[in-house]
Amino acid sequence: MKEACIVGIGETDYCRKPGSGLSQLGVQLQASARAIGEAGLKASEIDGIMPFPNLGRAEEIAANLGCENLRYAATIHMGGAAPAASLQSAAAAVNSGMANYVLLPAGWNGYSGARVRQTVSQDVSSIPGGAIARDYYLPFGFTAPPQWYSVMARRHMHEFGTRSEQLGAIALTMRKHAQLNPKAVMHGKPMTMDDYLASPMLADPYRFFDCCLETDGGAAVVVTSAERARDLPTRPVRILAAACGQPYPADEITNRRDIFKTGLTIAAPEAFGKAGLTPSDADFAMIYDCFTFEVLQQLEEAGFCQRGEGGSFVEGGRIELGGELPVNTHGGLLSEAHVLGMSHIVEAVRQLRGGLGERQVKDAQVGVVTGWGDFGDGSIALLAR
Amino acid sequence: MSEYEKPLPVLEGFSADFYGFCKQGELRFQRCSECQAWRHVPRELCAECGSWDWEWALSSGKGEVFTFTVVGRALHPAFAEDGPYAVTVVQMDEGVRVLSKVQGVSPEELAIGMRVEVGFEAVTDAIHLPIFNRVSA
Repeated sequence: MKEACIVGIGETDYCRKPGSGLSQLGVQLQASARAIGEAGLKASEIDGIMPFPNLGRAEEIAANLGCENLRYAATIHMGGAAPAASLQSAAAAVNSGMANYVLLPAGWNGYSGARVRQTVSQDVSSIPGGAIARDYYLPFGFTAPPQWYSVMARRHMHEFGTRSEQLGAIALTMRKHAQLNPKAVMHGKPMTMDDYLASPMLADPYRFFDCCLETDGGAAVVVTSAERARDLPTRPVRILAAACGQPYPADEITNRRDIFKTGLTIAAPEAFGKAGLTPSDADFAMIYDCFTFEVLQQLEEAGFCQRGEGGSFVEGGRIELGGELPVNTHGGLLSEAHVLGMSHIVEAVRQLRGGLGERQVKDAQVGVVTGWGDFGDGSIALLAR
Repeated sequence: MSEYEKPLPVLEGFSADFYGFCKQGELRFQRCSECQAWRHVPRELCAECGSWDWEWALSSGKGEVFTFTVVGRALHPAFAEDGPYAVTVVQMDEGVRVLSKVQGVSPEELAIGMRVEVGFEAVTDAIHLPIFNRVSA
């Protein structure tokens, strides 16, 4: 089977105050230019662009960067699951000849621009279930992602006895990892379990520190075929398999027969099967951590543990650097920055290239990246050095 | 009635029908005329059997709390003065679930499994939201 590779990564600075100083498009362009440059490519060689849903158009990205030979432009409409899902489509594109080099940009001014928390209530068309949210959720004050997902977390606690301290263990792990990442917005700001438990309830059981950051910044990667990757300066990271999936119904949260079955429940077995691997083969996992429970939930649905066991799985340092499955060594959306899942791919690439110093996962050969978006869309990519 | 500033449903298509019944004091959901499956939110056809035939069937109005959240800090300006407020998913006895709120019960008292019954809150002349009250044992 033909393989595709990630050959370039790029990021902007990540920040809150005073803001990026760039437009929403600008942060994506800066990250993109860096990724293209790192890959040793010229913008004119980028002939595929997969813009993040609702944050930019291939036409304007191409026109600004100088991608004058654009052939392939597509967006996977899965919110935060889009980047890892786009790896699947980008790999198919480069291996089928639809494009030679595909750019995956993402980024926004989630702090200085429109706040992340308000995106759907300000523009319901920004997500597939927007009209349903408008007519059946918003009138009752069910207006934002932490509220939508908290009802799943509550039900998990009810059925499996999952505890706040277990959600806290996830928040603390991300914060601990951020102390090793100078780019992280929470670098230099350690957190204790007491800090976590004392933080105000936003949407019970979600406390303030269960929630991702709102930050400015962008990240991008470039995908090409394994054959083309050999001629480029960076050490290629192979995309062994990638898959995506949707919960049912995907546009409405409350009427799912099985409320814990999300897109990743479908995507993970497909990806592991195609790669001929099992979750135990992973040396690390970059799990889309919009909120703490989503990490626990995805660890279960991806098969790292059984459903209902996520609470105990995340305890005792298992998901910390040096543990059995280090998760989000960059600090994730919770403690590095909210870059819509693209920074998870960037960090996975770094880990597989090696040389990350004290943040390096020892002898990292295979890594997992997941994405979560909208009302539970899911994606997963299995990467290898 | 003073100006109501919270988000309101848009009365178009199925939502106009659903909230039209609410204004009459009736909670109705779609029910497939072929396989009798109830459904919510409204859809064009039955995903269970494929039938396009359905009716707006009257709900018993009774159900129980399936899950809920307590919003301590509103993330929409119109709810800023409401906190803490609970948002509840009610599993109706017909099987469908509906997102709403339980009035007259403090967030501390609210619990999964609590029996509830529908009521209606007239927030504007046109919109009466379906809300729930605790059923005493």
